[in-house]
Order: sequence, then structure tokens, then C-alpha cells
Amino acid sequence: MFSLSRKDLAALAVFAAVVLTMPIWLAPFGAAYPGLMQKFAIYAIFAIGFNILFGLTGYLSFGHAAFLGVGSYTTVWSFKLLSMDIGPAMLFAIIVSGVFALLIGYFSLRRTGIYFSILTLAFAQMSYSLAYSVLTPITNGETGLLLARDDPRHLDALFGAQATAAGLPQPTLFGMSVTGYTGFYLCAVILIIAFYLSQKIFASPFGMALRGIKSNQTRMNYTGFNTRPYMLAAFVISGMFAGLAGALLSITDPLAGAERMKWTESGNVVLMTILGGVGTLFGPVIGAWLIKYFENIFSAINTNMLNGLFSFLPDGVQTFVVTVLSKFVGEGWHLTLGLMFVLIVVFLPGGLVEGFHRLMVRLKRQKATPDGVTSVQPAE
Amino acid sequence: MNVFLAQLLNGLDKGGAYALIALGLTLVFGTLGVVNFAHGALFMLGCFCAVTFRYLITLETVTIDPEKLSPWGSPVEVRTPLVQNWFGDFGAVLVDYSVPISILLAIPAMLIIGIAMERGLIKHFYKRSHAEQILVTFGLAIVLQEIVRSFFGANPVPQPIPSDLRGAADIGVWFGMAAHTLTYPWWRLIYLLFSAVVIGGVFAFLQFTTFGMVVRAGMADRETVGLMGIDIDRRFTIVFGLAAVVAGVAGVMYTPLLAPNYHLGMDFLVLSFVVVVVGGMGSLPGAVAAGFLLGILQSFASMTEVKSLIPGIDQVIIYLVAVVILLVRPRGLMGRRGIMEN
Amino acid sequence: MTNFRTNRRGLLKGAGAGIVALSTPHIFTKGAWAQNFCNDPTSGKIVFGFNVPQTGSYAEEGLEQLKAYELAVKHINGEGDGGLLNTLKPAALKGNGVLGRKVEYVTGDTQTNTDAARDGARRMIERDKAIMVTGSVTSGEAIAQQSLCQEMGVIYMSGLTHSNDTTGKDKRRYGFRHFFNAYQSGVAIAPFLAKEYGTDRRAYHLTADYTWGWTQEESIKNATEALGWETVATVRTPLGLGDYSQYLTPVLNSGADVLILNHYGHDMVNSLPQAVQFGLRERQANGKNFEIVVPMFSELMAVGAGEAVKGIIGTSNWQWSLDDEGTKAFTKSYGEAYGQPPSQSAHTGYVQAILYADAVERAGTFYPPEVIKALEGFEFDGMGNGRTVYRDTDHQCFKEVLVVRGNENPSSRFDVLNVIGRTPREDVTYDASIFGGELGPYEPNKC
Repeated sequence: MFSLSRKDLAALAVFAAVVLTMPIWLAPFGAAYPGLMQKFAIYAIFAIGFNILFGLTGYLSFGHAAFLGVGSYTTVWSFKLLSMDIGPAMLFAIIVSGVFALLIGYFSLRRTGIYFSILTLAFAQMSYSLAYSVLTPITNGETGLLLARDDPRHLDALFGAQATAAGLPQPTLFGMSVTGYTGFYLCAVILIIAFYLSQKIFASPFGMALRGIKSNQTRMNYTGFNTRPYMLAAFVISGMFAGLAGALLSITDPLAGAERMKWTESGNVVLMTILGGVGTLFGPVIGAWLIKYFENIFSAINTNMLNGLFSFLPDGVQTFVVTVLSKFVGEGWHLTLGLMFVLIVVFLPGGLVEGFHRLMVRLKRQKATPDGVTSVQPAE
Repeated sequence: MNVFLAQLLNGLDKGGAYALIALGLTLVFGTLGVVNFAHGALFMLGCFCAVTFRYLITLETVTIDPEKLSPWGSPVEVRTPLVQNWFGDFGAVLVDYSVPISILLAIPAMLIIGIAMERGLIKHFYKRSHAEQILVTFGLAIVLQEIVRSFFGANPVPQPIPSDLRGAADIGVWFGMAAHTLTYPWWRLIYLLFSAVVIGGVFAFLQFTTFGMVVRAGMADRETVGLMGIDIDRRFTIVFGLAAVVAGVAGVMYTPLLAPNYHLGMDFLVLSFVVVVVGGMGSLPGAVAAGFLLGILQSFASMTEVKSLIPGIDQVIIYLVAVVILLVRPRGLMGRRGIMEN
Repeated sequence: MTNFRTNRRGLLKGAGAGIVALSTPHIFTKGAWAQNFCNDPTSGKIVFGFNVPQTGSYAEEGLEQLKAYELAVKHINGEGDGGLLNTLKPAALKGNGVLGRKVEYVTGDTQTNTDAARDGARRMIERDKAIMVTGSVTSGEAIAQQSLCQEMGVIYMSGLTHSNDTTGKDKRRYGFRHFFNAYQSGVAIAPFLAKEYGTDRRAYHLTADYTWGWTQEESIKNATEALGWETVATVRTPLGLGDYSQYLTPVLNSGADVLILNHYGHDMVNSLPQAVQFGLRERQANGKNFEIVVPMFSELMAVGAGEAVKGIIGTSNWQWSLDDEGTKAFTKSYGEAYGQPPSQSAHTGYVQAILYADAVERAGTFYPPEVIKALEGFEFDGMGNGRTVYRDTDHQCFKEVLVVRGNENPSSRFDVLNVIGRTPREDVTYDASIFGGELGPYEPNKC
């Protein structure tokens, strides 16, 4: 049951090593701080879950942020009403977002193609608008749902573990605080489990059935195969991954805001997946990391830093370089992101992972040909 | 009763705008089969054609008066407008009517932008997956809006209505009601008329010209038309240009109602997709019908009476209607089988 | 900024740090030293974090605020003309940095989104070792960052935030607000509404349907009803709607003679001109001229609304054309640096940065509880708002509130608002307990 093919096992080992050593290899890129690394892990889980639906079945959901938001709200409510322990919080987040996904999926999966996309988008946008306005008693609207010191926390009270500290209580795992690096390793371990689960699903008969639906749903139906339950299962699983990601967002930072459910968030996970490579195991993860990196690091570079960085250049050149580069960082980070989307999709069809594979194949083929002319290519 | 009529007018007005924006999008879907996430950006560029035109005709010569200092310490600038200097009263009229006149700038500008977009980028993506089309057009949209921002900043740039057309028309009087019972702004009436004319024009163009006939044939069966020796690709390029022009002029005329800012396109993107899909992919009459339907329902849903019945309905009405219609009618109001269903 | 230079030494250093990080069970080392607080700058650089929206709807206000922060850092470090350091009374800052050392800064983009705002603040605290975070253009951002900073034990000085909740229901020990709030807007504008439009009016509210809109609607409604006005209806409009026609037509024949727009930012920039287009201001109702009131607006919103803003009454935190010493000094140094007068968003940001630095100087330490105590109850003058006090019970600044009117004949493109009156500080002071909330402890939580 827990077995993997040798190739998958190797991939898992590499993946685990890469994720766990993030604090080392991210340091030169200025991204090795817990806040961002947690986000890397969480959004990777979100994208992996999204890829199970989109990558395997080809159904493009434009409303996955709704599950992220539901997971977050459930988690904070669990902290407020039950216990500061993250166990029940995560469990409830997964269950509630799963039920929510079941509801939305039941209706949305009656349609295919862009009609399905718009249905999911409509459901998510309704959730967002209501969470921002009418549902404020539950969601605390614009401000976002925050913890308070006098929350009931019935389960904690039952066990007499009421926080005695003067400040706000903190989320814990068996009494251990999960902030900072602990929080990152928690997210990292869950990410590795999520990756493993997605490998299992990709390799299972269930995954094969989903791929069959992607290539030709009508034919699957004609062979007497009822595709609906499979689709719904994929949708719910994917929604639960999103709910889990939402839960982790609230665990590492106990706040749940309505903006998490907005269509731009849904669009973000779509972009992450496509950017990395739809239907590949690594693709969504890489896409998520890249977009989060741009959002957090490129946006924080200002002209002051650029001036410092290029201070070795002669005065005029320095001003020129800084003026040009400042259009692409800080307030201009969107421009860099947009250009990157266009360039990657033009030059690396199929996303980063797919494009990388093609590149490797081409290089191999070139090596294989004995003809010297083609192999004399610059190495870079 | 007059509240009801006023809301109907609002609905028609909104509907006209929605239909205009959706028209180009569904045209591109139907002919090229491209999911164009940069369509909102085209609308935004149209708005900024009006902004640019006004900027150009209100250019001023700035001389600095070094004697006087402004309260914040920099020298006072003396500004003299150029156009009014050169053309006198005619120049003043030109400035006053800058919004409608800028349509003349917007049509060629948007045609060029549209054709350049299609030839330069979109045409390479006909055979690629929808996912990749989304990524590339979304990236393009971001780049376009950032370029606009670098010229005009992030704050909205208000565009005035020509002074003769300001204020509201007392429509009630036309129908024999008492004065002030039903008034409606002149510009919104003009916009309604304008959208009707443009929609009618596009339909007539596709229905009654040879070019339109070929395009319609190409929408139905691209390969056969190609086999008949017709260069369908060239026509489709022009269709893309046409879609850009429609979105652009819709934007120009909308600027007095909504001060344009650089990410206006993103705000309209989701809405235009909903309209197109509710109407049925690739169906022009469907898009128009859906635009008006959504506009009118949105107006009525915001009435206090309705809101007290169902709280928050005005927040979600558009999406609720979309859900209901798509569940009742599998391919939207007038969509054909097989288009964008996989 | 060495983070982007990938040389061998940096890589090794990073690797070393990573290994240390990996091998240390962090939970056991936290809080081992009581006096060791988050990002203690005694052994490192002094870094301020400026977190404002640089993209999205409020980018322009955010960028103005950012420019003002950069100016504040210059002045604290003794560069430029010193700005408000010369007029602040009492002032402890000497223009040689803070506690004799130079201040550096980092910036971030909040995207007007609570999640992005908190991500940015965490980066500043965790990676860049910021000792203080400041900046916001909406209340959602401010409250989100303020609660995060309380958790991290880093002081947060909010920028532009107008909701009552920031220093009410959601107030925090580590959060401070210089800007005024919706309650004060209501109290301040009421006497001027009575003077201009009389006490026998029927008001129709259009309110943005989220927390800030509601608090403002409530505050203005209470203040106007106390004048004797009647409230005909309060209608909620979805945030970021764009076209408000369906909410404006019912106003026409509702029997109301004043329309109050509780909209901010782009909502107001769109709804006000549309209301004017509907001919509301040429209308007569109940034998009076129909009027429109926008209780709170800024210069940038006035620019965005164009012609429509002429003659509209609202409130403002500060205005560059005031003639006190502080305002003149700030307008001059900002104008010289950037070629235009500062907005109220820039002003509040600048003042917040200076006040924090001054409090550290007075406390003689960066240790947050001491700095907080130095700010609480601090009474000062010369920052452009007259005599001002940071109240200790809710960390709200109390100062006079300006009532402004859209300029009918602007002399330049920056001259969009006229100050028509000031409501004194005593009138806008209220009992902190009316909004509830709890400040929380002084002791830094963790880092």
C-alpha cells in the first residue's frame, strides 16, 4: 500500500531533501526566513492538490481559493472554540473544505470545459463577496478573523490547559509552539506527505481512470465506465488539499481574511500550475515557489538597495542601470512577473518541467548524433 | 413605478456596456478559439486612448518663473495651453469634446494594437492548449497594464463629459409624467444608444458583407474554408483587430462614467468572461442577450425591497444568475455543442 | 543588500546559518533571556520596515507614504533640512540618528491585501531584522499588521487607517495610530453640516459594505441625528462596484435632501461623479438644494473625482496649505525633495516614523515595552496638527480634525481642497471604553 516504484521513490527522496534543506539553499537568494519558507511549503501543497484535478482530469477549476479560505476560517474557529492544538484544527479544516468541495463539485461537474470553470469561479466569488460583507459575524469581514484572549476554547478548558500567559494564545502541536522554524518544518513534512500522496494517486488505477477521462470522456462513458464518481472524488481530494493549505496558513499565522477567496487567488494557483507544468509532479511546486518568490522578494527591492548593489559601477552607468532595473523591481515587480509568464510559455512549451525535459531530450539527441557540426554548440 | 423604470434604464445601460465588452471576447473565441485573458486589458487601453488624446490636446508650455516660489518651495510654473492658443474657440471645443472625439484616435490605435497582438503573439498559440493561452494572455495583460501605469500612474484619471451633455434628461416629461419623476443622465443615454449602434454595426458587418460571410463560414468550419483557397488566417487577424476596436471604443465612451485606472482591465475581465459564458461560447447574440440580462437583473437586485428579502443578493446576483443558467442550459443561452467544452 | 550576490563566502555563510538553524531546536532557546528582545539592534543595524501598497488600487497613496518615510529617515539621520525635527516640541532627537546611530530601512508591497501585508511584515522582521514596522492605506492592512507585530514583539506604527476598530475593538499594545478615525470624522463634521445645510435635513446614506463603511455610517448617522437630521435610508453597496447607477436612482425620489457617501478610495472616486451626473446637485428637494457629503476623503481621491468634488464637504487629517510652523516645514522639505506638496497619507507616515524615533531617544533603549511607555500619554506639538496627545488607553492620537471643502477655483493641480474649519481636540475626544477591545501585555511575546 505504501510502496512506490523505484523511480518515484527516488523522486520522493530528492524532493524531501530539497524541501528540508531549504534554509540552506534559499539563503543566497535572500529567501531563507521562516515566513517565506512556510509560504513556499503551503502554496506548494495548494498547487499539488490543484494539479490532481487539473493535471489528471483536465478540468480547470477557477474557484479553488474558496477551499483555501474555508480551510483557514475553519482552523481559526477551531482555535477559538475548541483548542489551540493544531490536530483538531487541521482535521476539521480538511473535513469542512471536503464537504464544501463536495457541494460545489456536485453542481459544477455537471458541466465541462469553460462552463465548468465559470461555475467554480461563480461559487468562489459568491463565497468571497459574502464573506467580505453579509457573513461578517462569521468571517469578521475586511479585518479578517483574529484570535482573542477570551475565546472559549472548550476543549482546552475541559483539560484545564487554559493559557495563563498574559498575551494571546499560540497554536501548538502537543504543547509545542509551531512558529518560526518549527512551523516551517511542520509545513515541510506535510508537503512531503502531500507530494507522496500525489505520487500514489498519479500511479494508481484511480489516477489512470482520471487520465482516461482527460483524453476522452465520451469513450470512457461508452465503455460502461461511470466517470462522475471519479471526477467528484478527484475534485473533493483536490479541495481537501486546498483546505489543508488554508489550515496551515492559519496555523503559522492565526488570521483568516476574505481576500484568500478572491478570484485572483484562484487565478494564482492556476498560473502556478501552468507555469511549472500541468500534470507533472514537480511542476506545480516549482511554479508556486517561483511566483511566491517574485511576490515577496522582488517587490521588496528598492532603489536604495539597487544603488548599494551597483555602487561598484561608475557614477553615470550606475544611475542608468539602477533607473532601468528599478522599473522591474519594487513597485514594478508585476511587470517582471508578466514578462516571465510570456517568455516561459513562448520558449518552454508545457511549462518549466516539461520544457526542461524537452531541452534534455534535445541535448541527448545532439550528443547521440556523431555529426560534429550539430554538437559544436555553446555549452550554455 | 418610476423607480422600476429607472432601474430598467440602469439595467439597459449596464447591459449595453457588458454586451459591448463581451462582444469582442466571444468573437475571438468563436473564430480563433483563443481564451483571451488580455481582453480586459484591451478595454483598459481603449480608456487610455481617451486619456492620451485629452493629454495631447491639453499640452501646455511650461515656463518656470524663478522669482516666485510655491508654498512647497519649488519655483512657480506658468502654464499656457497650446491647442487653445493655436485654434482659439475651436481649440476649446476640441478640449471640451475630447472624449467622443478620441474615438477617432482609438479606432486606428486599437486596430493596430489588436493586429500586432495577434500577429506577434496570439497566432503562435492557436494550436497550444487553453492553459497555455491563459498564461500567455494573462502575462501580456500584466505587461500592458504596467506599461500604462508607468505613463499615467496608479491614480484614476477622470475624463469630463462635454459641457453640453452634462446633467440629466427629464425623461418622464417625454412620456407625459410630472417633472422630475424620471430623470436620467444624458451621457448614460448616449452610451446606451452608442452600444446599440456598435452592436448593430458588428452584426451587420458579419451578416451582410462578403468578409463577414467568410468569417462566419470560418467559424463554422475552418478547414473547409481554408481548402476552398480562402486565406482564413488573414481574415481572422482582422477579426482580432475588430474585437480590439470594439473593446477599445467601449472603453473610450465609458471613461466619463468610470475614471480609468491602470488595472481597470482586471476588474472587467471576470465579468466579461461570465457574460460570454452565460451567453454561450462563441455566440454573438448570446453574449448580447446575456449582457442585457445580467445588467437588468443586477439593477433590480440592488433595490432595497429585494435586498431586505434576500440579504446580500446584490453582492452575488451576477454569479448566482450564471450558476442557475449554466445548470439549466448546459451551453449557456445560445452556445453551440462542442465549443470549449473540453 | 548582499542577498543577491552569490559568491562563495556568502554561500558558505548561508549554509552555515542553515545548518545551525537545522540543528537548533528553536523552541527551547526562545525566551531564554528576558532582556533579549526581537531584533535587538544594539548588536546590529537599526532597520525600519516601510510596508505600503505599491501595486493595486491604492498604489499612489502608498507610494506617497513611502516617499515620506524615506524623507523621515533622512531627517532622523541628519541629512536634508531636518524637516519636522526642528518644530517638534518637546523633541529628543538630535538629527544624528537614533541613540546616536544611523537608521536604515527596507520596503515592501502590501498589495492592499491582508495576507500580503503580513507576509511583508514578517519578511522585514525575520529576514531584515526590522525593529519597527510602519505603513498602511486601509484599515484591513493596518489591523492585520498590528496583530502580527504584537505576536512578534515589534512595534507597529500604522499609516492611513480610518476605521474605529484599529484603536477600538482590535487595538494592540504594539500598535499606534496617528491618523484620525470615523468617529472623530462624524463629530468634527456635524457642526459644519449644521452651519452650511441647517438642522432640518433628511439624509440618505450609501455605504461601502464592509467593516470600515459600517463604522463610518454609524458614526456619521449618530452625529447627524444629534443635530436633528432624519435618516431616510442606509443602503449598502458592494465594495469595488464601479457603476453605482442602480443605487443612485432610488435616491432621487426618496424624499431625502442630503446624500452621504460613506465610500473610500475608488468607490468614492466613482460614486461621487456619478451622483453628480445624475443631477443630484442641481435638484431641489423639500424646498432645499440637494447636497452631497463625503465624510472622509483625501487629496488623491479629490484629484480622481475631478470636477465633481468642487464644493463637497468632508474631513481630513491634515492639509499642506495650513499655516502653522510644522506644516510649513514639512511641506517645504517634501516639496523640495519631490516637486509637489505632500498628501495626508505622506504626512501621517512621516509623523509616525519621527514619533517612534523620538520615543526611542526618550526611552534611551529600543526595548519595546520602554518605547511603548514613552509613546503612551506623550503630548507634543509642532507636527502640523496643533497640540496632540497619544492616549495611553487605546493608542489613538487626539488632535484637532480639519473640515475641508473641494476647491471651486483651484490655483494649481495640487490645490484641490480648502480648509473651512477645525474642530478642536476636546470636541473629538471620546471615552476609550465605547469601542471595547484590549491592548494586551507589554512584554514581548517572542520573535
